[in-house]
Amino acid sequence: MAIEGADLIKAAAFLGAGLAMGLGAIGPGVGEGFVGGKACEAIGRKPEEAGLLTRTMLVGQAVSESTGIYSLVVALLLLFVV
Amino acid sequence: MMTFEIASMIELASFAGAGLCIGLGAIGAALGEGYTAGLANEALSSRPEKSGEILKNMLVGQAVAESAAIFALVIAILLIFLEPPAESILTASALLGAGLCMGFGAIGSGVGAGYPGGEACLGIARQPSVTPRLTTNMLIGSAVCQTPAIFSMVVALMLMFMDFGSLPVSPTWAAFLGAGLSTGLAAIGSGLGGGFAAGASCGGIARNPGTFSQVTTTMLIGQAVAQTPAIFGLLISFVLMFKAFPAYSGLSVPMALLGAGICMGFGGIGPGIGNGLTAQNAVKWVARNENAAGDLTRTMLVGQAVSQSTAIYAMVISLVLIFVV
Repeated sequence: MAIEGADLIKAAAFLGAGLAMGLGAIGPGVGEGFVGGKACEAIGRKPEEAGLLTRTMLVGQAVSESTGIYSLVVALLLLFVV
Repeated sequence: MMTFEIASMIELASFAGAGLCIGLGAIGAALGEGYTAGLANEALSSRPEKSGEILKNMLVGQAVAESAAIFALVIAILLIFLEPPAESILTASALLGAGLCMGFGAIGSGVGAGYPGGEACLGIARQPSVTPRLTTNMLIGSAVCQTPAIFSMVVALMLMFMDFGSLPVSPTWAAFLGAGLSTGLAAIGSGLGGGFAAGASCGGIARNPGTFSQVTTTMLIGQAVAQTPAIFGLLISFVLMFKAFPAYSGLSVPMALLGAGICMGFGGIGPGIGNGLTAQNAVKWVARNENAAGDLTRTMLVGQAVSQSTAIYAMVISLVLIFVV
């Protein structure tokens, strides 16, 4: 099998994109889920504060999402720009 | 440069696949059953006179957790003794993919089914009069937990028995490996997540038996959302298995397809676990505060939706890798 240079680079880029987004999805998934769970616990303790608690949950989850977005950006770069 | 006969390659792949299948598949059930037994011991220490009930419950719960490992054993034995026609090297990658799929897929379901089993035992010690309800919820919850392992078995069986006689070897070899990884890995998260929710429902019912129906409803909704990453994984597996890829002699398209499988596979783990953590706490607090059930279910769904987002990114990247590049 003769593997051309350009083809090998593309192959590595595609595998890298898959690994980047795949592994990168693990952390935010678990972290945001933990936040959601704790928000539910807080609402269970104090349902009248539901608005404040939901808002805080969303802010916290957005920060946790940031590394997931970095992974998405890198994956897209590897797919289309490299 | 060694030349391998196709038949040897197929045997190599099927034996390696069988080993990985049962080796990985044994992990989850053992961990889950151990967790159940540990909590059963804790339950016995607080209420030894209920030992008959608790032990019975523990064994039933462990049996459900075992089922994922039995699927893996069946696939492993099939892989060892199956004698596929030695027509194409594609069979080798399909068999290896099948082994990886079932092996990984059994991990999450095994560990996940340990949670409701253990919590049900604790619940019996806490509130012996509710034993039938606890056993019911344990069985419902851990049954939902097994669905990712069943998806994995379906994909594994398809890879082993599907007829793909005339497909080009490259890039389809990577598509089959990717298909196995996609469902197998994504099943880990969903199995675990479903288990967390089921465990919380058993604990909640023991504390507050009157909230049984509300708790079960919330558990089922939460578990359903937690299963969706495994469904994404299954979808990508089906696309990889059934799309006809034109022959390609280089390395970039195979790596794209393998990358798609890896992407969706790993991408399903985190959101599955996260959705389960959210559902776990929501169910726990519905039991403690039934009046807030509406608020809690709403917040659970919002939280799970945000947590799901990276699984959706992963699915998008997988689809781009399969269809666009």
